[in-house]
Amino acid sequence: MVENKHKVSLKDISIFYGKLHVVKHVSVELPENEITAIIGPSGSGKSTLLRSLNRMNDHINGMRITGEAMIDNQNIYADGVDVVMLRRKVGMVFQRPNPFPKSIYENVAYGPKLQGLRSKAELDIIVENSLRQAALWDEVKDRLHVSGFDLSGGQQQRLCIARSLAVGPEVLLMDEPASALDPAATAKIEELMLLLKRTLTVVVVTHNMQQAARVSDHTAFLLGGELVEYDVTRKIFTTPQDKRTDDYISGKMG
Amino acid sequence: MPYQQKLVTVAGYTVLLLTAAIFLFVAAQAWPFFREQVDLSFFTGDRWLPVSSPPTFQIKGFLVSSLMITTMAIVVGCPLGILSAVSLAELLPRQVSVRLRSVFEMTVGIPSVVFGFLGLTVVAPFVARVFNLNTGLTGFSAGLVLSVMVLPTLVSLADEALRAVPREYAEASYALGATRWQTIWRVIVPAARSGIIAAVLLAMGRAIGETMTVLMVAGGRLTTPGSIFEPMRPITALIAAEVTNAARHSEQYHALFAAGLVLFAITFAVNAIAAAVIVGKKGAA
Repeated sequence: MVENKHKVSLKDISIFYGKLHVVKHVSVELPENEITAIIGPSGSGKSTLLRSLNRMNDHINGMRITGEAMIDNQNIYADGVDVVMLRRKVGMVFQRPNPFPKSIYENVAYGPKLQGLRSKAELDIIVENSLRQAALWDEVKDRLHVSGFDLSGGQQQRLCIARSLAVGPEVLLMDEPASALDPAATAKIEELMLLLKRTLTVVVVTHNMQQAARVSDHTAFLLGGELVEYDVTRKIFTTPQDKRTDDYISGKMG
Repeated sequence: MPYQQKLVTVAGYTVLLLTAAIFLFVAAQAWPFFREQVDLSFFTGDRWLPVSSPPTFQIKGFLVSSLMITTMAIVVGCPLGILSAVSLAELLPRQVSVRLRSVFEMTVGIPSVVFGFLGLTVVAPFVARVFNLNTGLTGFSAGLVLSVMVLPTLVSLADEALRAVPREYAEASYALGATRWQTIWRVIVPAARSGIIAAVLLAMGRAIGETMTVLMVAGGRLTTPGSIFEPMRPITALIAAEVTNAARHSEQYHALFAAGLVLFAITFAVNAIAAAVIVGKKGAA
């Protein structure tokens, strides 16, 4: 297998909330068009690390980050980086489905409209394409103007994925995207992730180790803010190099 | 049932009974008037002549005055109130908005006679000068003072509605590349819409029912005003001004209760719509 080029590369990333050192000296390179899973127990800094990639942590008072976070060889924390542009390039899907209290159509059209797109014809195309990419089109094409809340949890999460896709991201961050869903809906999201990686680089935080094993190409194991091990997923789950990784995946550690 | 529970239940029913009793009393006192009055001229006529013989009681002028002043209060107060709620809930630093909120809540306690006094001595002369009127004691001045008086209700309820919008909506918006400004106006305010509408309606109820200020500032002319820049007398002021002079169980006395019943019906309707909006919102979420 040819190694893909690196889309995201972190060099010695540390993140602090006030005096709390949440992510400690993490260096890792994530390949393009792959799914990278970040696993680890609660409070290990997985979400914080993920959210540093689209600078969602900027909203938290007292957050400080050191090191370099490069996407396409550009430090996203450099002076003069436009966070709005960064977030169009790096989309995000959250733990709980969070559609806006708007129609399905308006949810998906929200991002393009922010950018000033007004043409109904163009918006129609973007909405349809995004819903198709999120494997939701067939289920909602006849009721695009009903509220997003009328969908099931799994459909809502795919709607949120479609909403992210509508702004044309290159990287998609997923923060435990299936943790609030039942197994059938989870399976659909996982299937979808495998489709998405053809065109996107996906980074997924998950508590569910079977999920990491099923969908990801690489896995990073985080513990207490430190990157314990990063490798091809198969290796992490069969022949981990670090005893702590072994303990975690074999369930000896919460 | 333990006796504490019984006590609380009794207290609850007492409030309900009292409210019903007030309504029934007003209705009963108004009944003798409506029994004599066989046409709709009570609402459509312009002549309020309590001491002529025979006396005439027609309240169009007072109704129109109430509507004009309330409209003015809402038209001026709403943009101001909603914008301050947005800045409290979304724009100001949290420490600042916490302090401002408590200051603001204190203004609820300012007696309306104080507002009336300010209206009389400051607002009315100012309005007279700016618009070159003979007197500043007009619906316009009263509406202006009322627009400030409804702010505590309006701002605190709208602020509450905005703060109840789940954080997740804002996060999703930011993650899609929205600015703070875009997030506020395209996601947060629309999501709080029904709460804001309810706040406006309750503020409206407050404005319709306000008495002391309009009595002091609106000017008190008895006929239907041609414009908001004329002196006028809303229903509340009418009742307050005349009820002490009206002989008990005279025609005037019952006519004033009839006017009160109309006022009661209007505020009840406005509050009922507000309640329906709030319940509707909970049903949709």
